[in-house]
Amino acid sequence: MSRKPVTGPFGLSRNSFGQLVYVGADGAAHEGIVPVRAFGLSAPDYGIALMSADGNELQWIESLDTLPADSRGLIVEELAQREFIPEIHRIISVSSYATPSTWQVETDRGATSLILKSEDDIRRLRTTGVLLIADSQGVHFLIRDRLALDPHSQKILKRFL
Amino acid sequence: MTAPDTLPEAWRGQLPARLEPGEHLIAWLEIDLDDRLDFQPGLVALTDRRLVAFAEDGRSWPLTAALKLAHHDHAGVGTLELEDTQARLARWRYTLGKSPAALRFEREFVRQRDSVASGRPPPPAPAAICPICQMQLQPDEEDCPNCVRELHTPPSTWTLLRIWRFAKPYQWRLLAGFLLTLAATAATLVPPYLTMPLMDDVLIPYQNGTPIDPDKVAWLLGGLLGSATLAWGLNWARTYILALVSERIGADLRTTTYEHLLKLSHEYFGGKRTGDLLARIGSETDRINVFLSLHLLDFATDVLMIVMTSVILFSINPWLALVTLVPLPIIAWMIHIVRDKLRTGFEQIDRVWAEVTSVLADTIPGVRVVKAFAQEAREAQRFREANKHNLEVNDRLNRIWSLFAPTVGLLTEIGILVVWAFGIWLVSKDQITVGVLTAFLAYISRFYTRLDSMSRIISVTQKAAAGAKRIFDILDHVSSVPEPANPVALPPLKGGIKIDNVSFRYGNRAVLHGIDLDIAQGEMIGLVGHSGSGKSTLVNLICRFYDVTEGAIQVEGIDLRSVKIADYRRNIGLVLQEPFLFFGTIAENIAYGKPEATRAEIVAAARAAHAHEFILRQPHGYDSLVGERGQSLSGGERQRISIARALLIDPCILILDEATSAVDTETEFEIQSALNNLIKGRTTIAIAHRLSTLRRADRLVVMDRGRIVEIGNHDDLMARGGHYWRLYMAQSKQLDEPPPLGEDERAAAVVDSVEKHPAEAKV
Repeated sequence: MSRKPVTGPFGLSRNSFGQLVYVGADGAAHEGIVPVRAFGLSAPDYGIALMSADGNELQWIESLDTLPADSRGLIVEELAQREFIPEIHRIISVSSYATPSTWQVETDRGATSLILKSEDDIRRLRTTGVLLIADSQGVHFLIRDRLALDPHSQKILKRFL
Repeated sequence: MTAPDTLPEAWRGQLPARLEPGEHLIAWLEIDLDDRLDFQPGLVALTDRRLVAFAEDGRSWPLTAALKLAHHDHAGVGTLELEDTQARLARWRYTLGKSPAALRFEREFVRQRDSVASGRPPPPAPAAICPICQMQLQPDEEDCPNCVRELHTPPSTWTLLRIWRFAKPYQWRLLAGFLLTLAATAATLVPPYLTMPLMDDVLIPYQNGTPIDPDKVAWLLGGLLGSATLAWGLNWARTYILALVSERIGADLRTTTYEHLLKLSHEYFGGKRTGDLLARIGSETDRINVFLSLHLLDFATDVLMIVMTSVILFSINPWLALVTLVPLPIIAWMIHIVRDKLRTGFEQIDRVWAEVTSVLADTIPGVRVVKAFAQEAREAQRFREANKHNLEVNDRLNRIWSLFAPTVGLLTEIGILVVWAFGIWLVSKDQITVGVLTAFLAYISRFYTRLDSMSRIISVTQKAAAGAKRIFDILDHVSSVPEPANPVALPPLKGGIKIDNVSFRYGNRAVLHGIDLDIAQGEMIGLVGHSGSGKSTLVNLICRFYDVTEGAIQVEGIDLRSVKIADYRRNIGLVLQEPFLFFGTIAENIAYGKPEATRAEIVAAARAAHAHEFILRQPHGYDSLVGERGQSLSGGERQRISIARALLIDPCILILDEATSAVDTETEFEIQSALNNLIKGRTTIAIAHRLSTLRRADRLVVMDRGRIVEIGNHDDLMARGGHYWRLYMAQSKQLDEPPPLGEDERAAAVVDSVEKHPAEAKV
């Protein structure tokens, strides 16, 4: 909607329902706003937008460092609640090399299993070499650097690449 | 989910300690994420009086009327929030796999809360519905058997046995084929056997001074020729019979799958990629076919041959037979290992190859964008890199591959060497004759050459099993819009439709809520609203492309679900935004819904659709070929052909889904006048983005977020100043002051026109 980014000062707080409340330059309060990273994978720290509940951009924050500590804390907290891209550290086993295949993996968020519906669900981001694995439930798993995995995991992964 | 005794083991022990005396468990929800979104099991339980969290803090909340559970999801994580009127009390997180369970839990919670609040026992639970395919579940089923199997089970080799269903009609021919195989294999084993007397009784006695007996030689050579000829004849017969049968099995498999596929609902096609379905019916059935007629047959022959040869060898000399056969499994195993290495390599090549083609698939349809932004050099570079990658992988594999054939050769030679060495030793001890040794060598070299192809059977079987699974996935899928078991005969329709308190969920997202609408015979209804407000969904329900989740749609007082689908759809004329023309002549396309239509009827329909004149301008008139979405025709022309198609079947219900939004205003005017002919006297439901198109509507129904918010004619709704007024004002403002065309819009315009192409190429 807005053509020029809104970058001025703003107020941010949390209400009793746990929603973020935004007060912009015009003094109007918006409940249930959502912080969104513009480049979630390639540059998570550049560009965070505050979106209203109905999907309009209210505020553009180029870098969180420029914000006062309390607003920054609230945004970081909310982002942590919304972002769920477990990073795979180790592939323990796979049920089969033909898909659909169930993988037992260790991630930065603990051990879990994922179901790979087809090899097409492993996507390579061209610019960064990051692998993004979409499981059958729509969770995206991340492998930041497949050459940094242990040899066993690499060997399994190679069968799917 | 409701039965407490199905509670997972890990939680059952904690349960008694957490419950108050007399309290009992009603439902529970297992969650798999904690509040920091780390994978961590947890449990929320619903009892007859409280909601209990089994997390580390273990809080609980007594049920009151003010409590509310809300669920939403984002990026694969579901959230269930407990709140009262003042604040959020708790929050539970889970991955979306638990989402159906969470929905059930929420339903149970609502029933129990209302019962506690009102003091009445809870109402009976409504029938559960699969959140993926909308099938009604049996009371004892938790997950839809259709959807779960397709998602989760890896292909098993046993799936291949299910092909028996298609092989059964040919069982006698299969048996004949098997017997022929047996006889043919036996015949091929005769020649090596005859080398024994040839050596021992003819050649060696001759070297020792005995003259050759011509009768005996003729007899033996005749035997060789006879057995070879017999083997030739038998092999021909069995290959022919079995190829015939397997080809028929493949054809049956293909037709059955396609017929079943056509019966599946809209929803199924929505969730599948066209290319994937094409591959399943085309190449997967072919792969199974080749597996049956080639690999399985060869393997069976080889096994038979080894068994028969072993019997012969053991009957001649058990010790030599043992030495001959022992290395076989070892060599077979070594070949298998090398092959396994190669297989991963080949799989990699497949994928790299896909990478190369995907560069092409990306660039060629988008070539206008590539050229417009002068990125030819970059795309060429991308292609060169993909090719380089391809070369690297191929080079790596070729290093092993070039080793493979010589290695098999070497192993074979070593095996034969062992037989030679032991054989010579036995001959020197006078245990066997030279003839026996020659016969052994003749036998053994035969099946060493087969070891390679036998070692291939494992991977080939796995591939065929994967193909069979993908086909049976289609065959096992039950349509989510089932044909009624005892269909009610449909009287001739007049066109009235009654939509009674209809709700619809798509997946776990509620799309329509409590829609009530009575459409009178011959009335024109305009459906208006933002995109995503549920207009198309409502139309899909009226066409019965989906079934309603709650409520009912009735025609002539009969529920749609109780009549035969095809009988009902015959009464509906559908004109879509992107008219689809099949490959064929214009006349065939117009007569698609009524193939028996006369030429006069076709021309009359085309005239009424204002299509007659431009059709005559085509090189062969009504016999001009169109197709592939009729690329030689303009959007407006294609649309008028599809209107003629709808006119020809003379439907009493007409559905126009954005029929004019893909064309410019001038063409719209022409189409509009064609449509006016079509609408006359029929019940019409029209969806249009441009509100001006709906001027003729008797009533406008304004929808917002799955609900009907306003009903009335244009003037009423404008006077009311509500949703419709806002939509109308927004559109007329756009028309009055077109925004200046900036750089980005121009680029977007190019992208827009090009991006339509992949969609066209797909069909």
